[in-house]
Amino acid sequence: MSETFTKAMARNIFYGGAVFFFLLFIALTFDTVQSLPKRDHRENITDSVVRGKHIWETRDCVGCHTILGEGAYFAPELGNVYKRRGGEFIKAWIKSQPTGAPGRRQMPQFNLTDQQLDDLVSFLKWTSEINTSNWPPNIEG
Amino acid sequence: MLYKSQAVAKPYFIAAIGLFVGQILFGLIMGYQYVVGDFLFPAIPFNVARMVHTNLLIVWTLFAFMGAGYYLIPEEAETELFSPKLAIIMFWIFLVAGALTIVGYLAVPYATLAQMTGNDILATMGREFLEQPLPTKVGIVIVALAFLFNISLTVLKGRKTSISLVLLLGLWGLAIFFLFSFYNPSNLVLDKYFWWWTVHLWVEGVWELILGAMLAFVLIKITGVDREVIEKWLYVIIAMTLITGIIGTGHHYFWIGAPEYWQWFGSVFSALEPIPFFMMTVFAFNMVNRRRREHPNKAATLWALGTGVMSFLGAGVWGFMHTLAPVNFYTHGTQITAAHGHMAFFGAYAMVNLTMISYAMPMLRGRSANSRSAQTLEMWSFWLMTVSMVFITLFLTAAGILQIWLQRMGSNPMSFMDTQDQVMLFYWLREIAGLVFFVGLVLYIWSFFCKKGEAHFAA
Repeated sequence: MSETFTKAMARNIFYGGAVFFFLLFIALTFDTVQSLPKRDHRENITDSVVRGKHIWETRDCVGCHTILGEGAYFAPELGNVYKRRGGEFIKAWIKSQPTGAPGRRQMPQFNLTDQQLDDLVSFLKWTSEINTSNWPPNIEG
Repeated sequence: MLYKSQAVAKPYFIAAIGLFVGQILFGLIMGYQYVVGDFLFPAIPFNVARMVHTNLLIVWTLFAFMGAGYYLIPEEAETELFSPKLAIIMFWIFLVAGALTIVGYLAVPYATLAQMTGNDILATMGREFLEQPLPTKVGIVIVALAFLFNISLTVLKGRKTSISLVLLLGLWGLAIFFLFSFYNPSNLVLDKYFWWWTVHLWVEGVWELILGAMLAFVLIKITGVDREVIEKWLYVIIAMTLITGIIGTGHHYFWIGAPEYWQWFGSVFSALEPIPFFMMTVFAFNMVNRRRREHPNKAATLWALGTGVMSFLGAGVWGFMHTLAPVNFYTHGTQITAAHGHMAFFGAYAMVNLTMISYAMPMLRGRSANSRSAQTLEMWSFWLMTVSMVFITLFLTAAGILQIWLQRMGSNPMSFMDTQDQVMLFYWLREIAGLVFFVGLVLYIWSFFCKKGEAHFAA
């Protein structure tokens, strides 16, 4: 780099750029948080949804599945699984695991109670109603 | 080694390498589970293996960052470390906490672990990469703060160079943004939005400052190029990192429920994120070409150049490939993400750690460079690991393209599991490439014990 462009100038661009864009990020975040209620339908977050998310987390579901495309890529997307399969199928599926089919990917048996299964389904139902700008591209996730 | 207290870096580097080996072993287990689904089930289900794989990556990187800090800061500040004793105490706390966490993952069901460790008091577990139990998270904060306290005071009492300043900024940022891991609202959209404040602002933000400072330090040492020149480059690179990377966080906000303007902000700014990585490559080659001395440690030079190239390919090129919103609409959450993740993490963070270790370890063992034979082994390990990582990435990319085509495009989309069966060939190839990577890693370890030839002792 040329001699006229000094280290002090580079340093100033770094500090100026970092501060400016971090402040812009905070401003955008503020706007996002303001406008989220219209997109996440938080009025529908019942106690059951809250408990369901807790089940989701404490069984580390995200270690195999994706939810809204984030997580592991070993098992199907579950952000829209409520729309793909429906609540009854989801509960029956979880209860029947593992399949034990030789050589096939296996899902653990979590021994969830009926209440816990209902909560998990509530969480997945609420999640499927988030406005995700039409993602995923189709029902298969 | 110019200062006695730099020696505390040694256990940190050794632990880092040990955990790196663990990370790769669990990676091989997962790679095999991709093709033989019930392998090790139910002893080690995939999600447990993945938790171990990714958490070991984070922890060994933190060990290496801290080792780098303890090695580099006294030399830059031209003074002994503020408290070597604190550094050693923190080493053992972190190692024991890390080991207990991994044992916890493997020994008890995750839900039980959550219950045992107070997740009901403050629920933070079960989110990707932040699966650690509450006490581990608190432990990370304590160790990080003690470390920052230690090196900050060292810098304050000594010479203040741009390299130490940038390193300190990066490490303080690391500690501060980790605090978002304690925020877990029951609204999944908010949860995800701020989860990225830890994950993205780490790996595409403050960690790049740490990377830049480590690379700049090693380049000064091995090339002898004027500090003014190197530090100017460093500032320009990290300026571009934060100018593009902070708003670039938006590329994670396309499909998680955030407003649609993020598709513009995220696409435009993250499309510029390759720039700092490209500059890093030019920087590394430029400095080595303009070198004013022939440092006997050729292996460290190779790692430094490799970091530039591989981070540009992995983070820059493979990141750009799926960062524009219309493309990401199809690629989001597929093997494309996995492909990018592997080469970016290896190319940027694993390799800069190995660069630092390659330069500093011989010094810590009382020599300026290892013998020719040891370096030859190390360079073989460089090529085996790097080339096999390129192939892992290519195979996962092929799997990803096929997956998108079959599952997300066309009028008759396949289900997830049917699609997985169709791309099995690429998972097999990936696993084979993974085994070659492991051979490279074994050679790497072996290079530390190579007794053949004379080590270099000149300063």
